[in-house]
Amino acid sequence: MATKKKLTFALMDPPFENARTVTTMRLIDIAARRGHEIIVFAYEGAVGHAFAKQAKHANAAHGHDLAQEDHPLAREWVANILAASQAAGGKIDWINCGLCVDERGVGEFIHGTRRGSPADLLKAAEGSDNSLVIGTRG
Amino acid sequence: MAKKILTLIDSAYRCTVEEQDEPAVWITEVMKGAGGDFTLLLQGNAVGYLVRGQDGSGLSFGGVKLTHPVSVDRDLTQIMGKGVEVYFVQDDAEERGLESSDFIAGAKPVSRAGVAKLFASHDLVWHW
Repeated sequence: MATKKKLTFALMDPPFENARTVTTMRLIDIAARRGHEIIVFAYEGAVGHAFAKQAKHANAAHGHDLAQEDHPLAREWVANILAASQAAGGKIDWINCGLCVDERGVGEFIHGTRRGSPADLLKAAEGSDNSLVIGTRG
Repeated sequence: MAKKILTLIDSAYRCTVEEQDEPAVWITEVMKGAGGDFTLLLQGNAVGYLVRGQDGSGLSFGGVKLTHPVSVDRDLTQIMGKGVEVYFVQDDAEERGLESSDFIAGAKPVSRAGVAKLFASHDLVWHW
């Protein structure tokens, strides 16, 4: 059995806008399903991933009503990853940068995520086996 | 003992209008204040952050002015004053026609070939 690691990820990109977000989620998902201990520090637009008020919608161009469209939501991805981590015996501390949250008005997080600051990122990195910053690219 | 962390910035002027600062520089400064051991490396377009006397003022929407425009050169001077060494890739500055005499005091040049050695002297390299 592989050794459990402690891994820190810092994310900048918002949900819904680029492939980097999906790749980031896949990396975290794989680590979660393997039971690693994970710290996520979401800053800038990435604080939107855990925003509780994201809502599904129908899509007339697809010919789908609300249920048929089953639109993917970042908050559900986060919730699913948190649950998968727990099921695999792991742990995730999902931190939303507080100032980034305030300026965007996205303070209503899903259960299992919390508000924090860059000091939390430093503390996480100091105690982790490795860390990865995934910044927005122009 | 704190890990030595290298903050690497090459994407320039991301969210600098909205945040009134350079987020990676700001986060590094906050983490330095929290006890972290940081060095900062500017490469690519971000070497332009070192140019003295940048003026981001004058932006307004609907006639309402931005009150605290970004001043990355000032913020870099400030972070150096707090003990963060700032390096820039000399080759990237030259390619952009920037001279060291254009820059704020205190930043140290490193050749592109020297970047690997700088990486190797840190425990973590964070490419923001």
